[in-house]
Amino acid sequence: MIELKSIRWGKPYESLDVEEVKHFYTGEPVARVHAVGGGIIQRDAKKAKYARKALQAIPPAELVDRLKKAGELFENGTLPIGDGVQTPDDFIAQQSATTGMPVSMCRANVAKNAFVLKNIDQILDCLTRGLSLDLLARGYGEEGRGVTVSYQATCDALGAVLPSNSPGVHTLWLPVIALQMGLVLKPGSSEPWTPYRVFAAMTEAGIPPEVFCLYNGAGSDIGGAILGSCRRAMIFGGPQTVDQYAGNERVQVHGPGYSKVLLGEDCVDDWEQHVDLMVDSVYRNGGRSCLNASSIYAPRHSKEIAEAVAAKLGPIEVLPPDNDEAGLAAFTIPGAAPAIWGSIENDAKADGVTHVTQAYGDRLVERDPVAYLRPVVMHHASHQSETRNKEQMFPMVNVVECPQDQMLRAIGPTLICSAITNDEAFRSDLINSIDIDRLNLGPIPTPQVDWLQPHEGNLIEFLYRSRALQLA
Amino acid sequence: MSSAEPPSESAAAEARAALDAHAVETVAWHFHESTGCPFWLEKKSELKFDPLTEVTCYDDLKKFPEFEDEWLRGGPVRRWVPKGLADKPVYVFETGGTTGVPKSRIAIDDFRTDYSLFSDTLPDQYFPPGANWLMLGPSGPRRLRLAVEHLAQHRQGICFCIDLDPRWVIKCLKKGWIEQANAYKQHCIDQAITILTAGHDVKCLFGTPKLIEALCLELEERGTSLAECGITGIFSGGTEFTPQWTKFCVEELFGGPPEESGVYMTPTYGNTLMGLACSEPVTAENAYKITYHAPQPRAVLECVDFDDTDRVVGYGETGRSKLTTLTKEFFVPGFLERDEGEREPPCAAYPWDGISGVRPFSKLQGGTTVGVY
Repeated sequence: MIELKSIRWGKPYESLDVEEVKHFYTGEPVARVHAVGGGIIQRDAKKAKYARKALQAIPPAELVDRLKKAGELFENGTLPIGDGVQTPDDFIAQQSATTGMPVSMCRANVAKNAFVLKNIDQILDCLTRGLSLDLLARGYGEEGRGVTVSYQATCDALGAVLPSNSPGVHTLWLPVIALQMGLVLKPGSSEPWTPYRVFAAMTEAGIPPEVFCLYNGAGSDIGGAILGSCRRAMIFGGPQTVDQYAGNERVQVHGPGYSKVLLGEDCVDDWEQHVDLMVDSVYRNGGRSCLNASSIYAPRHSKEIAEAVAAKLGPIEVLPPDNDEAGLAAFTIPGAAPAIWGSIENDAKADGVTHVTQAYGDRLVERDPVAYLRPVVMHHASHQSETRNKEQMFPMVNVVECPQDQMLRAIGPTLICSAITNDEAFRSDLINSIDIDRLNLGPIPTPQVDWLQPHEGNLIEFLYRSRALQLA
Repeated sequence: MSSAEPPSESAAAEARAALDAHAVETVAWHFHESTGCPFWLEKKSELKFDPLTEVTCYDDLKKFPEFEDEWLRGGPVRRWVPKGLADKPVYVFETGGTTGVPKSRIAIDDFRTDYSLFSDTLPDQYFPPGANWLMLGPSGPRRLRLAVEHLAQHRQGICFCIDLDPRWVIKCLKKGWIEQANAYKQHCIDQAITILTAGHDVKCLFGTPKLIEALCLELEERGTSLAECGITGIFSGGTEFTPQWTKFCVEELFGGPPEESGVYMTPTYGNTLMGLACSEPVTAENAYKITYHAPQPRAVLECVDFDDTDRVVGYGETGRSKLTTLTKEFFVPGFLERDEGEREPPCAAYPWDGISGVRPFSKLQGGTTVGVY
């Protein structure tokens, strides 16, 4: 069992409050984490400027080199974590043990995070839209067309309240160090592993440890303190969290994705060609991430589409987490899966809504002390169905019959929209839609990320503000 | 001998004898037609025993049925006033009240007695007699303001008060109005700093843990500290008072243990029914462990089995906090608190059981808002 102390600007802090992170199935303790209270975070926040100064002393190009090395170490290194050492296999096993995610999914997420670090120069080039990091470091410079541009940092360190459900989201904060800002992280309560491994990999690669804070403990207390004391912070949560921080310029909130696949009038008759794409969009990463499609819209053939997708997703069984074929994650919070299932059953009673995976056996699989939900496909005969855009933390998709000219009104907020259409007028409407964040034009699965495109909420725009600077 | 060392056998026996005698005397007072209160005199007819003849020691109080929360909600509140004290001025103190009817109890002098006795446990070095106090916590229908003010006066000081309405804070938190809750907290802290820096020679402070933390952080932000403001003694209470929080305060907010920083803090665990439980000394050597002992024989705290609430758990074992109030003003046998903790053995200063690690009762956590003020 590993002991993970909180990290306060690089220094381990021994707390009197120690919590155990347990194996999702056996209940055996896997880690002991030292928890802190909000007061410590508020106090430490006053020293954030020293983290920035320490990073400003290192040229951006050198930081980039060290981060690339950190990517290698994150993926392949045996690293000091807490009071122990951790091989890549240990990391994957520990992550699976405490989150309930299949080993294969954990392994896939390692590659994703490592890719971002190993290609950090290209990622940053994309995030900055080609702006030199030296310009950000200096605060101003010439853009190459005789115009002085200036960018001002909006904070000394980025705070992040991290989730336990999907280790892939860590890609969002990994570039921060190269931007010469510190990191104040609250690891997910059942997934402390990724932040600690990133911290170890980065410090082994030469990033000063004093630019990191990792705080374990009660979510509301620590989360509130991080969001209250960091001038820029990101948080992951549900619709309630999104509502709470809407309009708060200090907080970038990452909520449910409500990602969708849309089939245009011109392509819908070829729907059979896109069944695998739709299944992949729903099922990849266990259906747990914001990038997974939760709704498919089609002007016709929606029933056949639902049945075809159900035929692929419906038979998927719960497999042990170490089985390479396992694709479903356990719900580790007691009562969560039965409650979600109850809500879905209730939704299925509405007029025009049909549970299409019903024929493939029980969806709720209870394996005390956890439970699983097998994939669910719902068909909605009308785009006016109230539950057409509902999103769940497992592979569940709503297939909605909807005329093309009603789609943009019906889809609502959408993180990823994969629109399969060649209709230029429809494409133009999609491009102009303010409800869609990332737009995929053509048959691209929703979870397919082009790392040279900024993800939701551009980090540069969040951490820097463009300003006027005149030189005499 | 340290106050945390075990008591002598004779001290423990004397304490037990005093408790038995006090229990008999208190029951006799509350159930006698000439002195008892209307509530208990009426309840007497429902009992399957005669309290006047069949309560011969503290353990006989188990013959009473479990005390029900609801009996304290709603009026007429005068049914709790003993006939023997009917001509005295009566206070009413409340707990809860965010939603529904709060629980209330009557008080005449109990709150003063509790705090006069507690005063004897405060070291004069850090709580100098004659020093002025700042009370930073809830007032309104709660007894805390009057009690702390009495404590200051009892020690020949004058008490400055900052008001805090915890019901409003709880409403803000439940509605997710975090910014409003924080703004309200800041409003209280600003007033406290105004008092502390206005030349009133305040040396002693009562504050809830969250407010003490916020006060220290704000003083630090302004380039000063509690010690620089002249504070030498702090007493603080609340179930969120944990060893880790105490460690943080002592090591970082105060600047070290009392002998280095000059700031001494003692925790208390009190409520409207019990009065004030006292703490064994809390030190780094003891990993800031916080152990409370009730003000026996006026109140008794037991750590009981979660299911069989008549059974006290073994030393070191976890149980639910059960309270018995035994004063002439108020008699409450076996009130099950919303807290749990570990049973602790008697010590020299308090030769009867204590309780440590007090925290909200885990089975009720979902329904309570903790850490309010």
